[in-house]
Amino acid sequence: MREARNIPFDLAVWIAGALAVVLLVLPTLVVVAMSFTNEFTLRFPPRSWSARWYFELFTNSPQILASALASLKVAAIATLVSTALGTLAAVALAGRKDRLSVALDAFFMSPMVFPAMSLGLALLLVLSLAGIRLSLLTLAIGHVVIATPFVIRMVSAAAQQMNPALLDCAASLGASRIHAFFTITLPLIRSGVVSGAIVAFLTSIDHVPVSLMLSDPRTETLPIHLWAILESNLDVRVAAVSGVIVAATVAVMLIVDRRMFVPGRAGR
Amino acid sequence: MRRAGGKAAAYLPAAPLALFFALAFLLPIAILGAVSFRPDLRADGWTVAHYAAFLGDGFTLSILLDTLWLGLQVVLVTLLIAYPLGLVYMRAGPRMRALLVFLILLPLLTNTVVRTFAWMAILGRNGLVDTLAAALGLASEPLRLLYSRTGLVIALAQIYLPLMALPLNNSLAKIDGNLLRAAEGLGASSAHVFRTVILPLSLPGAVAGCLLVFAGATTAFITQTLVGGGRQIFMPLFIYQQALGVQRWAFAAAASVVFALTVMTIVYAFNRFARSRLRGVDA
Repeated sequence: MREARNIPFDLAVWIAGALAVVLLVLPTLVVVAMSFTNEFTLRFPPRSWSARWYFELFTNSPQILASALASLKVAAIATLVSTALGTLAAVALAGRKDRLSVALDAFFMSPMVFPAMSLGLALLLVLSLAGIRLSLLTLAIGHVVIATPFVIRMVSAAAQQMNPALLDCAASLGASRIHAFFTITLPLIRSGVVSGAIVAFLTSIDHVPVSLMLSDPRTETLPIHLWAILESNLDVRVAAVSGVIVAATVAVMLIVDRRMFVPGRAGR
Repeated sequence: MRRAGGKAAAYLPAAPLALFFALAFLLPIAILGAVSFRPDLRADGWTVAHYAAFLGDGFTLSILLDTLWLGLQVVLVTLLIAYPLGLVYMRAGPRMRALLVFLILLPLLTNTVVRTFAWMAILGRNGLVDTLAAALGLASEPLRLLYSRTGLVIALAQIYLPLMALPLNNSLAKIDGNLLRAAEGLGASSAHVFRTVILPLSLPGAVAGCLLVFAGATTAFITQTLVGGGRQIFMPLFIYQQALGVQRWAFAAAASVVFALTVMTIVYAFNRFARSRLRGVDA
């Protein structure tokens, strides 16, 4: 059956595929290796190894830790709000093909392609004209806009696999819409909601352009602070922060059921 | 399917988000648009001077065009890397697929600053590339890839590769294996099968990936500034400088509007074009 194979093409695919995998993993490995350097510069590979920059990070870096705390607070608010609002909207629109639903869906997705720096400036102008002071809360509002599209995508993937007849059954048996939502819909789309919340959290923790526009020295988030460090003096403590973030990411991925991330499997 | 009387009520759960987006997304954008036609942030009267200044200046216009060109370059490189990766994914068993998804997601879920920092360490003076090139005798002096256009495109392509690979793999995994076996059984070579069966059927995923990568690469402030360096200015940094740096709020607003409109128009037009060409291909 396979006599007509094109060996050079297959070989090229495998080699290019292997290179792609190396390319995916390489930066993460470089960062982790770099975080254990004993030097003051970003020489790779380092000539001698130590955990000194981790020690430095946790004992002598109040500004980095404060910005990390600010990031976690903003991400917590943004995750809660975007997951709640996004889940409700995704459930309402799931499987609908009428004009209003399609238009609403496009509207809710538009922050994904709207340049975030423009959105950040827009939010800053509104707050400034309205005389509202910048705070972690105003920053979180911006992050909710950025994160919600991801929640909707995750939840609707799960909701589309739900049998709509179940809701009709519940209604004909006298259940209210709210009762049916909590007892039927929510348990069935739970994995979609959880992955949506995780992606929302990671989006917020990672987000820069809106934060850049909406932060002052009191509300500086971790990525902004790290960016400022890298712009000015390439402090090697950034490598230690990176090591911590990589470790946390791997831990989260291992704790969360990996099947949830497999495309097309959500909600099964 | 559902009762007609419940139609309006069925939309009700979407109302809180619609209201929130109206206040925190639409209203700010409307104000941004209004301010861009003002002489200054708090000044009265209307003017198109900021648009004239932006569009009439070769320097600012070249920043806009170069930003779009950067996005296109990154899209092309990610396509070039993601397809072989996708073909390997397609032929892999369930365990191998799970591992590949893990490897694709790991960089996506790791902070952008971390990934950018990694590329500074790879491309920088005494970095991995320089060390390797010297060890292999390929270069006697530093290659200066950090702060170069090539370095920036490579770094952005790697950073946004997951956004191409995930939808593309999704499309590739949906292709009916019987089609491939039929084509092979009829004597088609793998290159021919790729061109005539796999490529057309995977286009919906590739289109989705292109849009996400383009939108990401054109607005990637952190990577653009840190890997691109001070001599390459792209729209996000330009808007940032004009707004918070020199406080030309109305001009920054006009630049933002032009940038957003351009990106959204390209994304919309590409999407429309792709959909009209893909009619009949099941997404």
